[in-house]
Amino acid sequence: MTATLLSYDDVLAQFDPALGLEVHVELNTATKMFCGCPTVFGAEPNTQTCPTCLGLPGSMPVVNAKAVESAIRIGLALNCQIAEWCRFARKNYFYPDMPKNFQTSQYDEPIAFDGYTEVEVDGELYRVGIERAHMEEDTGKSTHIGTTGRIHGADYSLVDYNRAGIPLIEIVTKPVLGTGAKAPEVARAYVAQLRELLLGLGVSDVRMEQGSLRCDVNLSLAPKGADRLGIRTETKNVNSLRSVERATRYEMQRHAAVLAEGGKVLQETRHWHEDTGITTSGREKSDAEDYRYFPEPDLVPVAPSRDWVEQLRAELPEPPHEKRARLQAEWGFSDLEMRDTAGAGALGLVAETIAAGASPQTARKWWLGELARRANESEIDLGSLGVAPADVARVQSLVDEGTLNDKLARQVFDGLLDGEGTPDEIVAARGLAIVSDEGALSAAVDHAIAAHPDVADKIRDGKVAAAGALIGAVMKEMRGQADANRVRELILEKLG
Amino acid sequence: MPETSEHAGGPASDHPTISRDEVAHLADLARIDLSEAELDHLAPQLNVILESIASIQGVASADVPPTSHPLPLTNVYRDDVERPGLTAAEALSGAPEEEQQRFKVPRILGYDQ
Amino acid sequence: MSPDKRTAVELADALAAGETTSVEITRAHLDRIAAVDGDIHAFLHVDAEGALRDAAASDARRVAGESRGVLDGVPIAVKDVMATRGLPTTCGSRILEGWIPPYDATVVAHLRRAGLPILGKTNMDEFAMGSSTEHSAYGPTHNPWDLDRIPGGSGGGSAAAVAAYEAPLAIGTDTGGSIRQPGAVTGTVGVKPTYGGVSRYGLVALANSLDQPGPVTRTVVDAALLHEVIGGHDPLDSTSIDQPVPALVEAARRGADGDLTGVRIGVVRELGGEGYQGGVLTRFEESVELMTKAGAEVVEVSCPHFVHALATYYLILPAEASSNLARFDAMRYGLRVTPDGDPSAEDVMRATREAGFGDEVKRRIMLGTYALSSGYYDAYYGQAQKVRTLVSRDFDAAFQDADVLVSPTAPTTAFKIGEKVDDPLAMYLNDLATIPANLSGVPGISVPSGLADEDGLPAGVQILAPAMADDRVYRVGAALETLLVREWGGRLLDQAPALPAVGDAETPEGVR
Repeated sequence: MTATLLSYDDVLAQFDPALGLEVHVELNTATKMFCGCPTVFGAEPNTQTCPTCLGLPGSMPVVNAKAVESAIRIGLALNCQIAEWCRFARKNYFYPDMPKNFQTSQYDEPIAFDGYTEVEVDGELYRVGIERAHMEEDTGKSTHIGTTGRIHGADYSLVDYNRAGIPLIEIVTKPVLGTGAKAPEVARAYVAQLRELLLGLGVSDVRMEQGSLRCDVNLSLAPKGADRLGIRTETKNVNSLRSVERATRYEMQRHAAVLAEGGKVLQETRHWHEDTGITTSGREKSDAEDYRYFPEPDLVPVAPSRDWVEQLRAELPEPPHEKRARLQAEWGFSDLEMRDTAGAGALGLVAETIAAGASPQTARKWWLGELARRANESEIDLGSLGVAPADVARVQSLVDEGTLNDKLARQVFDGLLDGEGTPDEIVAARGLAIVSDEGALSAAVDHAIAAHPDVADKIRDGKVAAAGALIGAVMKEMRGQADANRVRELILEKLG
Repeated sequence: MPETSEHAGGPASDHPTISRDEVAHLADLARIDLSEAELDHLAPQLNVILESIASIQGVASADVPPTSHPLPLTNVYRDDVERPGLTAAEALSGAPEEEQQRFKVPRILGYDQ
Repeated sequence: MSPDKRTAVELADALAAGETTSVEITRAHLDRIAAVDGDIHAFLHVDAEGALRDAAASDARRVAGESRGVLDGVPIAVKDVMATRGLPTTCGSRILEGWIPPYDATVVAHLRRAGLPILGKTNMDEFAMGSSTEHSAYGPTHNPWDLDRIPGGSGGGSAAAVAAYEAPLAIGTDTGGSIRQPGAVTGTVGVKPTYGGVSRYGLVALANSLDQPGPVTRTVVDAALLHEVIGGHDPLDSTSIDQPVPALVEAARRGADGDLTGVRIGVVRELGGEGYQGGVLTRFEESVELMTKAGAEVVEVSCPHFVHALATYYLILPAEASSNLARFDAMRYGLRVTPDGDPSAEDVMRATREAGFGDEVKRRIMLGTYALSSGYYDAYYGQAQKVRTLVSRDFDAAFQDADVLVSPTAPTTAFKIGEKVDDPLAMYLNDLATIPANLSGVPGISVPSGLADEDGLPAGVQILAPAMADDRVYRVGAALETLLVREWGGRLLDQAPALPAVGDAETPEGVR
């Protein structure tokens, strides 16, 4: 299955990438796009449907005003034009999870179009043009039953239509050129920034792991200096920030290998496999894919008044780059610290941790150090780790109080990741608090001195730096649960 | 809808015809199995109909706006407020097959959406 | 046993006066159905139990002084294209055989709220595609005037039920004439309201931008009464008009005095002449003459783009229908045909749609798929929508010169069953005069104009008014009806041959 890949350096020596991202965002409206059914995630199957979202004969759609408002706000936040008049259209194709066998979407009249956003990678700004943002509806969810548990080799499928009809905004970028080696990072930074922006707008939960933000990566390579774009592939199911970067890089290397051998890239849909880190061929895009779009005759045109649009524009939250500049000043981060924090998709997490009482530097230290390492090990995004900013703030306050040291704090994070409860519960249950019993500590120091007479002599001779070896021995005996500074004081007292 | 590249082009002649292969392609798009006999029967019938409706080409000049709705309504919305829907039993009441409170369907070709 | 020939108004009056009960009336109509529907086949499903239960409830309300309106207790038949909770809804198609909707169409909800017992569901061309009711998967409906002839379509079942006194009232739907043309060929009254005047929610869509439910009755004032029950704004239909329904009953009662002084009537030049049967034209001309004598000012108007209406219609309708009917795929409801071997969902869809749809439906799905295909959209669907604009402009201009427009409803009287069934183009011509109103959304009524001399079969006159001026079609329709009934010395239906009652008059039950 694994395709031949060209080394990344060779790719860049020969080709220029063109990047395109299509992001589907599920809005967090209380009801669906075209009917009054609730949108609660994880409800019992087929308990959130009605004739309309089930596509029953005779049913009709009515547009959710809140969804239109959210679409306009997203468009404005992406510096788009907002259509003065636009329509919904039917995209006709058959699929069992699509109740009407057409998706009510928008075609050549999107609600928002021609915008941009700027993302920063390694201190450099990249402008990502926004082609369009349009409104549409989600499909139902299929579970494939069979030995493989996947669609291939399944015996049959079970369909739950709770998700069918949930409002989606599809945000499509223009081709992003000139990113060179940074294409994978730019792709990731764009999606990370979009998430941040959507969170700031409060229009979506943007949980990639729950599918409320889904990403397709379009990529093509052209020989360096060529004046036209190459043939592109559309990689679907790229559902974490990390995967956006990896999938982009993978496709660059795969395309390059094909092209370097004089081959032709097949214009097709590819499927990203998070587990193996590769893409595989999906449906071939061909002329047979004819969606027969036409204006949805059951809905009337959407013509947002300019007054409404301007009012929504005036109420927009602070744009991400301005917000970032403000936060950097407030937090006192260096450019590098800020860039790393943003790059890790941790701005929101850090901000929440600070809001919960931690200092900016300690918040950054935990998220970008210990927690980033663990997320990386598990190959998931920081936000999906399952550690709440409030927990991080509490761990730090336990350190500040002297209840924990950094090593013990890391054990508290083990407990948090294993779902053992709150930081305080974990400290209690695991017996992690630093021992402040002077008697026990003094005895341990005596043991250490007795066991290492040569070291003790050196200290007595004024070589204070040698104390480190004795501190290590004491900490070992105390199983880490001691305050190293106090241990040092005791040693120096006894040998002074 | 306005002209777009995807919809540009089209039949050049005033006497469009649908070939038998084209009928088979349309049947494929419409997900209808057609027997050889039906294809033979349908192609000429469709051509007769098409011939009679082809007269429409050239009737309206480019500046005539299209009518997609008989009455010019705009901005018809509902508030984002829940409305009672169907119970799972009602939703599944017409299902040819069901399992685990879900619609049971034959194996699906292609990838998950 | 003789049928109950009373109109809805007469039945309502009798109920109000305490002379009869809803149960009595409902039972009489169920008996009539049992007696004659074996010949007519107007019904696909009769709900005797439900109708009698609703009738008893109506009677109880009346005793308690809680009547829900004039038509409370007057039974009705509903075209099988309307979703009825708990009652089978097939749209005349095999693909929906046995489907019982878990919800009511808004029109049906209005009927229930107003207390009208629902007798059953009436036959129709499959998914309302046709002008003869021969395209029903469950067999044709027969015209009560001549059982060898078609009752019109697609709503032939509703028109025949009313003409044969199986129901005093019925609901129809009109996409290109499916209420008005059956009215004309069965000697009954049918109204297509202004598009958006009656909710389409729960009407299984044929062509969304053309469909409109409306009343099927024996008199104009009955239609007005029913229209007021089912009309009005519906938040579940985005194309519904958010304005009060005009005073239709009042307009019909006013018209019933037969005075048309000051009313300007436009005869549409393009809707007559070649292609129209002689006897149909003669009856139409007499009707115009009667209206002139009654004080109307008659002018000739020209609507030059109406000649393109049929072609426009046969592009827009199949396009919308091909998409609407995509949902019938064997996954969630309806027929499922599983071919041999290890079929995929796609295989099952293809096999089911092949087996479940009739020829006419397949023809139109293919035509619509073609018209929407990339490469053809602008030339066909796009162009058709532009011509639609031109047709509307013709109407606008004509309504400058006339308050209402008139024409024969259908070019011919009822033809023989089987005569045109394999000639789609000949069949499509039946809707020549009725289609323009659907393209523009304007309201129209068909009232009986008499019997054609050649064959002694009913013909109809169509009266069209500007959008939202539905009251005008009732006023002028009622006036013409009064003038003609005076001439005939009774209703046209009184001249219909008596039907042989073959049933054993037991209450029918279940699907036929």
